[in-house]
Amino acid sequence: MTLSFVHGPLDIAALRAAVADPACGAIVVFEGTVRDREESGREVVALDYEAYEPMACAETDAIAAEATERWGALRVLVTHRLGTVPAGETAVVVAVAAPHRDAAFAACAYVIGELKARAAIWKREVYRDGGSAWIANDAGERAARR
Amino acid sequence: MMTVRVLAFAGLREIVGSSVEVACPAGARIGDVWSMLERMHPALSRWNDTVRFARNGTVVGADAAISQGDEIALLPPVGGG
Repeated sequence: MTLSFVHGPLDIAALRAAVADPACGAIVVFEGTVRDREESGREVVALDYEAYEPMACAETDAIAAEATERWGALRVLVTHRLGTVPAGETAVVVAVAAPHRDAAFAACAYVIGELKARAAIWKREVYRDGGSAWIANDAGERAARR
Repeated sequence: MMTVRVLAFAGLREIVGSSVEVACPAGARIGDVWSMLERMHPALSRWNDTVRFARNGTVVGADAAISQGDEIALLPPVGGG
């Protein structure tokens, strides 16, 4: 299983260790963190995440298989938080190990990009002023309108 | 008649509930379930152009047939990461 969900802080070192492989000369670890402002400048105190876990896991397995097919990335693991993630904290980690760095960088960028567009995960921005709103990723919105 | 389990997420969950049982006539398609829910909850019309459907964990179109006991998921545009 490529994707796991956790409620609470992420163990980034454990994920990095889990993709390490003697055949790999590169490990790229991407962290997605919670910004404290949304696009128009409204102050964000947290994001609330939820998922349809079986579908999100199956889709992420498919994304990892595509990355492996394309770049020969040997190891791909993703951990995503669910529930409330305060501003400044890490919401998602993608770790990719590959024989060479070009493949590791490219595969990592592919995995996080496709995850944002395709995985059954949703977030609500919680604002300092007390409001909140469900926010779709641009790519998620495009995929839905296809 | 048959019954299906409908799961809803994010903004749709707040209107429909996270898991509801829906009774529908034999031969109904997923789009018919959506239409029934929309009559019960007119606010759902906001998602008419963007909602996607899954049947038993696989994304399908609104014209997909449904069977007794199916799990139907209502998926608004995603926002992970």
